[in-house]
Amino acid sequence: MKKLGILPRVYLAAVFVILYAPIFYLIYYSFNSGDGMSHFESFTLDHYQAVFQDTRLLIIVLNTVIIALLSALLSTTIGVIGALMIYFMKNKSARQAVLSLNNILIVSPDVIIGASFLILFTLIGVKLGFASVLISHIAFSIPIVVIMVLPKLLEMSTTLIDAARDLGASRKDILTRVILPYIKPGIFAGFFLALTYSLDDFAVTFFVTGNGFSTLSVEIYSMARTGITLTINALSGLIFLITIILVLGYYIIGNKAKSPQGVKK
Amino acid sequence: MRSKNPLRFIYATPYAVWLVLFVLAPIAVIVYYSFFDLSGHLTLANYRNFFSSIYFKLTISSFWYAFLITFFALLISYPTAYFLTKTRHKQLWLLLIIIPSWINLLLKTYAFIGLMGVYGPINAFLEAVGIGSQQILFTDFSFVFVSVYIFIPFMILPIFNALDKINPTLLDASKDLGANAWVTFKRVIWPMTTDGVKSGIQVVFIPALSLFMITRLIAGNKVITLGTAIEQQFLVTQNWGMGSTIAVFLIIFMFLIMILTSGKKGGIIK
Repeated sequence: MKKLGILPRVYLAAVFVILYAPIFYLIYYSFNSGDGMSHFESFTLDHYQAVFQDTRLLIIVLNTVIIALLSALLSTTIGVIGALMIYFMKNKSARQAVLSLNNILIVSPDVIIGASFLILFTLIGVKLGFASVLISHIAFSIPIVVIMVLPKLLEMSTTLIDAARDLGASRKDILTRVILPYIKPGIFAGFFLALTYSLDDFAVTFFVTGNGFSTLSVEIYSMARTGITLTINALSGLIFLITIILVLGYYIIGNKAKSPQGVKK
Repeated sequence: MRSKNPLRFIYATPYAVWLVLFVLAPIAVIVYYSFFDLSGHLTLANYRNFFSSIYFKLTISSFWYAFLITFFALLISYPTAYFLTKTRHKQLWLLLIIIPSWINLLLKTYAFIGLMGVYGPINAFLEAVGIGSQQILFTDFSFVFVSVYIFIPFMILPIFNALDKINPTLLDASKDLGANAWVTFKRVIWPMTTDGVKSGIQVVFIPALSLFMITRLIAGNKVITLGTAIEQQFLVTQNWGMGSTIAVFLIIFMFLIMILTSGKKGGIIK
């Protein structure tokens, strides 16, 4: 393969600098003893200390993590069930129809999802707060899990199932000892993606969260609306660290899964 | 065969419930609510309102901004994706491009409030080179810039995948047959990547129509998109009927864009 010329290198470097500049800018000023993001006075860890002393903020972080883990776990379970259902459907057009319905929530703008769920919860009588946020996150993560698991199922040779059946395996055995082990990488990829979608979501949560309950994204939004606080910077430093760890985890699992399709939003 | 058993899909109940409750029902309630006014009377007034000049202008400007955002995102992403496929450790570089998209959206937007602020580094730079400090935040420019920044990784990914699939022997063949770099690009590379470009446009244009957080934080309410209007009607004015009507149109636009950008043959770009 040819080596890149000087101009393409400069171009790529510029793109990388622009992509990372805001993130490192935030982290840089998280160590600033001054009170803004315009000039750096001296190095301090005060803002990190402030994050760990702010009980309200810590509760919100805890909420966010609990919502993410629970929603990822439940949406992965339901998503795997959905993928199995689609896989076992004999009727081609019915299968295509279910798949199209499945993908609606993936392409829907967040505002639409948020607004329609808000109406729905009000109609059913679900109190806005933890429950409504959790249910919403489960709901918008399910199609992503299906999309990650289904290719693995389709890639699996049907002879495996026939062989298991010929050897006298019950339906439960086929599921737990043949199918699930085979699609495990897809399940993990789906779980990780659901986790990150939940952690990253702002718009849907913003609509369905009540007064007393808040996640990190919503909290940052209301903090940012009032102006600059370096506590957010310290928080972003911590989040960046956690994200890198998550991405590495996902990358390792993804490499194992060798999923044929890229991650789409 | 056991597969004739009508109960064979009984295990799929949770998924089926999800399909009905969280895919079909939300669309139904949005459509239903769009026919009610503030006091709960059945009416077509919301639709009449939508076709009034205010909302017409809003829709046009929303599309215009979404177009600008998609256009610049594509303009920056295509060469980036192209050069990325030429690098030695391309998967690693691609991962590095994607990492910023995993950082919380709100944090990146918040960073720009500082970067573009009156005393921020961009203005300090402009001051240093003699242009003098400008009001960058709360303008159209800042809104488009930050949105493009947010969407670039999502645009790069499908284009990269399409470029990566091209068999390199095709490029050699093109060169052997006497085509120069530009002709090779126009006649070989571009036609083979239009599907990637289309899915890139799809994942950028639809969300760009409905942004509302960036408009509030970066554009300071100067830019109003369909998304902002929906959020305003639902959470501020509490006029769910009007909000739902705008949402109905946003859903229609969404389907139109999907049809335009997903067709294997033809399509909007040639």
